Formats: sequence, C-alpha cells, structure tokens
Amino acid sequence: MGARALPILGETRAVLAQSPTVVAEPMGFFTDTTVCIGCKACEVACKEWNQLPARGDGGAHLEMSGLSYDNTVRLDGTTWRHVKFIEQFPEPYNGRWLMMSDVCKHCVQAPCLEVCPTGAIIRTEFDTVVIQSDTCNGCRDCIAACPFGVIDINHVSGTAQKCTLCYDRTSVGLEPACSKACPTDSIQFGPIAELQQRAQRRVEQLQAQGESKAQLYGADRNGPLGGLNAFFLLVDEPEAYGLPRDPKLPTRNLVKSSMLSTLGAVVMTAIGALTLRARRMVAVRKETVQ
Amino acid sequence: MTLLASGFWPLASGFWPLAHALQGAVPSDTFFTEPPHFRWLIILYFFVGGISGGALLVASLLRLFGAPEDRAFIRLGVYISFVGMVLSAVLLIIDLGVPLRFWHMLIQDNTGRPMFKWWSPMSVGAWGLLVFGIFCGMATLRVLRDDRRLTWSTLEFLHHAPVSNFAAIGGIVGGLFLAGYTGVLLAVTNRPIWADSSWLGLLFLLSGISTSVATLFLVAHWQGLIVPTTEARLQRFDRIALILELVVLVVFVVSLGAVAQAFLNAWGLLLLLGVVGVGILKPLSMGRDAGHNVATASVLVLFGGFVLRVVVLLSSEDVHVAGAQVFR
Repeated sequence: MGARALPILGETRAVLAQSPTVVAEPMGFFTDTTVCIGCKACEVACKEWNQLPARGDGGAHLEMSGLSYDNTVRLDGTTWRHVKFIEQFPEPYNGRWLMMSDVCKHCVQAPCLEVCPTGAIIRTEFDTVVIQSDTCNGCRDCIAACPFGVIDINHVSGTAQKCTLCYDRTSVGLEPACSKACPTDSIQFGPIAELQQRAQRRVEQLQAQGESKAQLYGADRNGPLGGLNAFFLLVDEPEAYGLPRDPKLPTRNLVKSSMLSTLGAVVMTAIGALTLRARRMVAVRKETVQ
Repeated sequence: MTLLASGFWPLASGFWPLAHALQGAVPSDTFFTEPPHFRWLIILYFFVGGISGGALLVASLLRLFGAPEDRAFIRLGVYISFVGMVLSAVLLIIDLGVPLRFWHMLIQDNTGRPMFKWWSPMSVGAWGLLVFGIFCGMATLRVLRDDRRLTWSTLEFLHHAPVSNFAAIGGIVGGLFLAGYTGVLLAVTNRPIWADSSWLGLLFLLSGISTSVATLFLVAHWQGLIVPTTEARLQRFDRIALILELVVLVVFVVSLGAVAQAFLNAWGLLLLLGVVGVGILKPLSMGRDAGHNVATASVLVLFGGFVLRVVVLLSSEDVHVAGAQVFR
C-alpha cells in the first residue's frame, strides 16, 4: 500500500474505516505554533479523554508558577499535553508571546523504547510509541533517556506514562482528543507524509511574509532520531522553546563508556594480581632479610 | 517568591535555594530533559553495589593469587559482598514504582521468554546482578563450609580446583561488572553530566574498589583481625586504586567541557572537598601502620565514595526544565 494523500481532521475517521490498510502508514501530529492561541483546550481534552488526574490537590489550592500564563509548567506522568508560553519582550510594548503545545514526539528512533529493560515500551502500527502500563515496573530508565523531558511517573499507577497519541481512538479511526479539540488547527493529525507537505507549504508562506526564522523542527526523516512523528513549526531557535537542537540516542555513549570500563577492569585485575599475589611478598621479605 | 513559597514542585525540589534559570546558551542539549528521580535509594544502591562488587573482586584475587594466611580476609570479603548483594537487590526492588514487577526485568511478562537487551545497561545490569549473585552465592557457600557453619558434604565440590578457580574468576568478572556498570548506566541516558562524559563507568569502578577495600579494613579493625602481610598487599592495591580514582575524576570533570559549569555551586564544592580532599587526598597522605589510622583512613574513603555518588546523581537531578526555561 503506497502512501496516498488523505484528507485529515474531521474526515480521518471515515477514510480509515473504509480502508483498514491505511493505518500501516505512519501517523502523527504537525503543530503549527504560529496559530496557537494558548487556550489550553488540548490540555483539557487530553486530561478528559485519558482520565488523567489534576496535579496536586485537584485545584482546591491553585499553584501559580510565575512563568507567564504557564501553570502546567511541564509534561509528566499525568500531564501529556503542555502549552508553553514564551515571553519575548526585549523592551516594553514591543514584543511577542510564542505559544507551543508540547507533547511526546513519538520519535522514529525512540530513546525511551531503546533503553526500556522490560519491553513495556512498544511501537504501534501507526509508528507511534506507547508505554504498556501493565508491563512497566517504574524503573524510570526511560525518563532519563528521553531527550525532550516528556516521560514521568504517574503516581497513581506507579508506572512511567506519556502521550499514547490516543491509541485507543486512532485504532478505531478516531482523531486524538487534543487535535480534535484544537480550535485553530494548530495541532493537526494525519499521515506523516501528508503533514510534512502541508508543513513545508506553511513554512514557505511564512518566510514569504517575512518570518525569516520560520522552520520545521523534527520533520526531517534524515535528521536527529530519524525524525519525529510529532513535529513542529517554530519561528525562533529550538532552544527558545525549550527544545534540544540536536536530540540524540542515549546509546551514543554505550560503546565508549563500556570500553573504558572494560579497559579499566582489565588493568585493575592485572594490578590486583600483581599487588595481591603472595610470592612477591615472600621475595620482598627475603630481600629485606638479606 | 510565590513559586518557592507555594512549594511548587520543580523549583522547590532538591537544592532549591540554588535553583535559578540558566542565562544565555545552555551548555548541552542534555539540559532540556527531566530528572528520573534517581535519589537516595539509588545512591545507596550504587554505593553498596560498588562495595559488594569490589569485595568479591578482592576476595577472588586473594583466593587465586594469595597465600594461606589471606584466608581470614577472603572470608571477610565474601561475607561483605554477600550482605551487599542482598542489600543491593532489596534497594533496587523497593525503588521500583511497582516493586512486585521486578521480575519483568528478566522475564517477558506476556510470553514468559527471557527479557534481555544487550544495548540497555539496565537490562544487562539486571542479568549481571543475577549472575554476580550466583558467583557470590558460590563463594559464600564455600566460606560457610570452611567455617563449618554448613556441613553438607555436597558442598565439597566447591573446593575442587576447577570449580574453585571457575568461581574465583567469575567473582572477579562479576565483581568488576557490578562495581562499574552503574556508571555506564548513567552515561547511557540523556541527562546532564551523566551523558556528557564516558568516564563515569571507570570512575565508579575504581571508587567501588577503593571503598570495598576500606570496608574490609574497617570490618577487620572492628573484629580485631590482624594479618600484616595481607594488609600490606591490600594497602598497596588500595593506594593504586585511590590514585587512579583521583586521575579519572579529574579526567571526568575535564571531559564534561562546558557542562562542568553545573559544578559551579555547592555540589562542586562538595566534590572538591568531600571527594578529592577528604575521600582521596587525606587517606593517601595518612600512614596506615597503626590500627587507628587504618580505621580513620577507611572511614574517610567510604565517606568520599558515598559523597561521589551523591554529587554525581543529585547535581544532575537538580537540572530541570520549567516552562521553556532550564533551571539548576
């Protein structure tokens, strides 16, 4: 089944239902941050659909972060969507807010999946990455491996959790809750090939309008981590959005670190054998006596 | 003010008085990640696991290359290693979010097949601890038999040369693995400091050896055990391990490059004074002829080894993202 241009958003369900084979195509999100209005409908829809608890005491006492209008602050085990508010005000009355709905990137080469020692993290038929909560034992290796700080422990289940790209919805032809709720289509869901074309057109449009820093983050299949199935359109450098410029696989250090340790182990064994062997001491004693 | 006073998690955690937004360029992409909450149980495991691995390494080396008078220290090393191994397993299990699923590290829960990923240090570590446990168990059974605390004649095979040598070689390999793999595990992440250098595995390995010898000396001192020839050889081994540890620690910090600025705070001070000064230089400068000096030097080495793990783990744990800003 070759890639075919699909209408997405509202029509996704009907198309997927007609042809089950299209689900073999990689699916994901394209988030156009330039049209995000910071309404947080995506956060609410995600919490509602996935029955995720509120942070802290459930809102009885509001916790204000002091970080612009962002009181969600970060993604974690019970917050799978997070709208970032970035204030860029070099001088009073002259500046802008950048807003970005952050989410798991569903990396093509996923660091979390790579290191998971229990096999709890799997890749689905949509090329998305899902943590199976009934297999995860909460070792937290995936949290340290994620280059985007997406995963954390859900203290209700004791397991690591993150966005599933609404696997329960997409597997029956429904659109994920966040993109469905997004009122400005800042979050768009669909086949990756289709989304990439759409994103590229939007970048060209913005650049033609003078937004010279307009760029795609994670759309390049030959880029870091083999590309991201949830990619973004940014109008500033990735660091301004709290994103790593060049996210890497954690196993990049495996060979060198293991080799150094092995070399050290061999050297220490040799030193140990030489210093702890008894005959050498006997010889030394004899020399001393003589 | 509101942020800190409210007890809001990201900034109020850890060393909160030092938490502040990094200004300018972030030194590494690893700073955009979130901490995995590797805190006191993991710190204790890294410390105890290092001692356990190092103790079996020393006991096995003494068994292969030592003299009959080393037997007392071999016994001590094996017992220390066994206690450390049991404690390590307990610490690891209770640190899990769902402790009853610890076996998912070894067996696939849906197929019943072995769960093993050679490229995942945590997966290799789970199997490594199991294999280490087997060799440590063999050594312990043999020592218990030698001490006549176990009189089963079936254990006699542990004294046969091929089995004895096999167990000792396994003890060396397993001990070195347990002492060092924890540093490799940290390096194979995307966290600041840990993933910004490849030297942590070697550093933890050397620290595991020096702390295990220190534990041996301390327990021997406590039990009134005096075997001068064995102690002289152990001290020489320990001295070399400490000097190499100091060299590798310097190389580790240098290899961090710009990331080393993460140590420009109380953690860096603790690393310099607690680990380098108290834990390495001071014991090296002390003569250990008198029993009192041996005990003091051993306590200092153990203190340094523990502080090393505290600094390495918690200095990284303190770095986190809030909103779109990196704090440390």
